[in-house]
Amino acid sequence: MSTTTTPRHELAEGSLPARTRAPAVSISEVSKVFGRGPDAVVALHEVDLLVERGEFVCLLGASGCGKSTLLNLVAGLDSPTSGTVDTAGNKIAFMFQEATLFPWLTLGQNVDLALRLTGVPRSARPERVEELLEKVRLGGRGHRRPHELSGGMRQRGALARVLAQDADIVLMDEPFAALDAMTRDAMHDEIEGLWAELGLTVLFVTHNVREAVRLSDRTVLMESGPGRVKEIHAMHDLPRPRHLEDQRVTERAGRLTHLLKAEVARHVR
Amino acid sequence: MSVDLSSGIGTGTPTSRGASPSPATGEPSRRAARPGAGVRRAVEVVWPKLLAVLIVVALWQAIYASGWKPDYRFASPADTVERLWFVMSGNGPFNFWMGVQNTIMRGIQGFALSLVIGTILGIAVSQWRVLRNAIGAMITGLQTMPSIVWFPFAILLFGLDSSAIYFVVLMGAIPSIANGIINGIDDVPPSYLRAGHMLGARGWRRYRFVVIPAALPAYVAGLSQGWAFAWRGLLAGEIIVSIPEVPALGTQLNQAAVNGQSANLLALMIVVLVIGMLASFVFSSIGQRVRARRGLTGFTAGGG
Repeated sequence: MSTTTTPRHELAEGSLPARTRAPAVSISEVSKVFGRGPDAVVALHEVDLLVERGEFVCLLGASGCGKSTLLNLVAGLDSPTSGTVDTAGNKIAFMFQEATLFPWLTLGQNVDLALRLTGVPRSARPERVEELLEKVRLGGRGHRRPHELSGGMRQRGALARVLAQDADIVLMDEPFAALDAMTRDAMHDEIEGLWAELGLTVLFVTHNVREAVRLSDRTVLMESGPGRVKEIHAMHDLPRPRHLEDQRVTERAGRLTHLLKAEVARHVR
Repeated sequence: MSVDLSSGIGTGTPTSRGASPSPATGEPSRRAARPGAGVRRAVEVVWPKLLAVLIVVALWQAIYASGWKPDYRFASPADTVERLWFVMSGNGPFNFWMGVQNTIMRGIQGFALSLVIGTILGIAVSQWRVLRNAIGAMITGLQTMPSIVWFPFAILLFGLDSSAIYFVVLMGAIPSIANGIINGIDDVPPSYLRAGHMLGARGWRRYRFVVIPAALPAYVAGLSQGWAFAWRGLLAGEIIVSIPEVPALGTQLNQAAVNGQSANLLALMIVVLVIGMLASFVFSSIGQRVRARRGLTGFTAGGG
């Protein structure tokens, strides 16, 4: 497992220090039921998962497997019906699929608001805003309004806002699903770089197998009806940065795709 | 008429993003890149309005010339304009500018008070389920009450006094303003609330940084409607509750009718119309600006 201090070049060489610290996220026997009586839907059934500090974990599954529900539980946006979610007092930021930059603020003001709510003093904010925008390659675009930005730029803006919160854990709910393949590729490089640089713990929801293989230390394959953990696949043997054309990446993605297809087929029947 | 003016000028302002079709011609208005384009667009916006006014005046003149009613009941356009000029220069049988000032001040004060009460009420109702169940439907229902219906009660309660007028203004404007903010808050996209929650905007900060700004367009629409109701209630009130020592537009309107001064009456009505149009223009400009900043203008269903 990687840890908070592991710089990127070390990761690229594939050296992985042993895990030493307490997990950043502990999910134990978590179940979530929506509704009551005969209409009740079991979204999650006795899910167990530990996410190490500094680890990049992808939750992979077909629609309706409860992966977004699990993320909401970790975020504290919802509470489990039974079981516990422990985030060890870590600060959590959330990046959503849809662009949630506030349309009544400029890009810069959006980032500024995140800093303000995090408690950064007014005098330090303008410089920090520019710094964060530079980090996501939106330097000098702070005066733009969200509707004036492209989809990719908007998600990079959302990323800057997430970084502004200076969180330990970043939750991402299919953040790049609405982007075209080229932009998504670029975003993968960016998110991987920031993760390594800042020592973030990332829990990343996706239905895209290649995305999971490209990014994760471990990929949690979920099954649906009710949602639970099917298998956990470690990706440590694949050196970073990974390329989607790399044969080993393709092979791994192929294997996962096969499993996911079998899982979907089980349900269609 | 007032809506026509405001939307037309609104389209001509630089806040619109260039794609909004001009109501004058129905074709997209272009950015003023070429010399003279601005002037041309101004002409495009203005001429239909001038034409409309000319048609109204021509009809008016025709009816007058037919001798349908005597002069003291139905004055000619020329007499009315002359009279308007006369009273505006301060020579009328009453203190015109004091009247305008008193009426506008009453309107602003009544509206300001409605704004405070309506906003607090709206937030309270959207916040507490019990309060919503109790009076949510009533607030919507109150909007359908014609302001004139409140007057007998107001006069009974406060006597023939300014308080009665203010009461009716408030009863007209508060439900609209409260309803605007309730609708705005109800329609805040949940994704913004979730994003705000994760940014740490909780408790009052949730309102300050997420809910209120997100609800702003609906709030402004509510304010605009609230002003319209306040203005109607105010003029109705001034006509009914005449306080001799306080000159006011409504009072003067009533006196002009009682004294059979048709030209005075029509001149004052034009003044009331113009003030209403100016106010509506202010509100629609604010609304237009709020929407443009959020990228909500351009190809709209209303064509403007």
